[in-house]
Amino acid sequence: MKTALERLYNGIIKENPTLVLMLGMCPTLAVTTSAMNGLGMGLSTCFVLMLSNLIISLLRKFIPESVRMPAYIVVIASFVTIVELLMQAYVRSLYASLGLYIPLIVVNCIIMGRAESYASKNPPVASFFDGLGMGLGFTLALTIIGAIRELLGAGTLFGFNIMPDSFEPISIMIMAPGAFFVLAVLTALQNKLGAPSATNKKSSESCAGNCAGCGAACAFRAEAKEGGDGK
Amino acid sequence: MKLNMSISPHVRDKGTTRSVMLDVAIALIPSIIIGIYYGGWRAALVVALSVGSCVLCEFLYDKLMHKKNTIGDCSAVVTGLILACNLYSTAPIWLPILGGAFAIIVVKMLYGGLGQNFMNPACAARCFLLISFPSIMTNYPALDGVSSATPLTAFASGETVSLSSLLLGNHVGTIGETSVIAILVGFIYLVCRRVISPKIPVCTVASAAVFLFIFGNMAGESVTLSYMTVQLLSGGLLFGAVFMATDYVTAPVTNWGQVIYAVVIGLLVAFIRCFGGSTEGMSYAIIIANLLTPLLEKATQPRPFGLRKEKAK
Repeated sequence: MKTALERLYNGIIKENPTLVLMLGMCPTLAVTTSAMNGLGMGLSTCFVLMLSNLIISLLRKFIPESVRMPAYIVVIASFVTIVELLMQAYVRSLYASLGLYIPLIVVNCIIMGRAESYASKNPPVASFFDGLGMGLGFTLALTIIGAIRELLGAGTLFGFNIMPDSFEPISIMIMAPGAFFVLAVLTALQNKLGAPSATNKKSSESCAGNCAGCGAACAFRAEAKEGGDGK
Repeated sequence: MKLNMSISPHVRDKGTTRSVMLDVAIALIPSIIIGIYYGGWRAALVVALSVGSCVLCEFLYDKLMHKKNTIGDCSAVVTGLILACNLYSTAPIWLPILGGAFAIIVVKMLYGGLGQNFMNPACAARCFLLISFPSIMTNYPALDGVSSATPLTAFASGETVSLSSLLLGNHVGTIGETSVIAILVGFIYLVCRRVISPKIPVCTVASAAVFLFIFGNMAGESVTLSYMTVQLLSGGLLFGAVFMATDYVTAPVTNWGQVIYAVVIGLLVAFIRCFGGSTEGMSYAIIIANLLTPLLEKATQPRPFGLRKEKAK
């Protein structure tokens, strides 16, 4: 129970995948044009993340080190296909607006990162809660970014018109530059308030991306490893 | 004998950021007077709000971030004036305020203030407003006895535009861009005061003329003398070339860098006008060229005297 809570806290606040680790930037910047899109993308990623972490953790003793990446991809891709078919069947409008980004969850680096750095080394229950925490953190961040962009760029929130009629929507906010503006301002606020963030020295001092001198499992390390493999 | 030892520079010019900025502001005055003459009190209000918003935003940002107050260098005033020159006199009152805030806070101060911004603040703010509020930003004011479309739009739809109205400015356009004579007065003042060298404006207009001729033919326009006149003398081309492309911070400092930069602006503006959906393209051309500035400076770095080129290993 204690591990589960610790994992949830870690995923949502301390190592929030979007706002602190700055992972999964592609869906973060591309689909958060409205709060609903952010929420939908976050929850579908959360679903895949939970179950893939669970399965990979269960299989961690059987997957040979040398073929672990293809094995993870097979597991992740299976769950993404399930999500895609379910969304196509039950929430068609959301499926239509997220489009290509649903199949692209397969290569979402948060999911690969958690599989590599956590699920492959830890027991199933902890891995499941790690996936849940990370997924909820991702959902939270995407919904916040989507809500701000939708509010400023369209004057609505979850589709409801809440701004006064005289408000002229700043349509650049729901275009690509708006995503960068909102993400940058959120990171600046995190730094100002002393919350964990990607560029806040205080919170990342324990790591600072210095993977060589660090034995801990973290997403930075998974990233560095992947980069190293690529070369 | 008493020798005074000091490190270079040994001779200093009296010029300061403030004096340069005041010169630019003075050079903008003819264009603004023409804009207010034709646009009425609304145009004056837009100018006042834009300048006020820029100065206030810089003041508040410095206060909030506990930085040295920098409004004394007058660069915010110039940004506000140029931004206002890029707006129509019919702009709703919140438009210059929002534009000024974006120019100063997002484009200039967040990157470290004057000298650190990589895009011309007024130009970037205009693009921001143009993308965000396309209908408001192209809501031309109607002048007495003048068709309510800019010369570029009017010409594109087959009407004729007289040369005298282009020179004097009694046609539809943003506050600062209408009168060629007023812009030229500002240009001559800036060149005489040695605030800008004529290189960037002249190269920009010349290359725009060449590329408009080439692209106009490619796009199947009938490239006549009046086509070229309207293209070169109306819209933001001259105003942008004189006041926005010559910004010290965002233009290259090297000789050839400035020439290439100006040619790129001319190329882009001709390309956007001939092949793009909009009849106007100067502000996009300038901010794209601004982004090339670091590369151009690197590529055209002058060789220090006496230094031989090292052989490539």
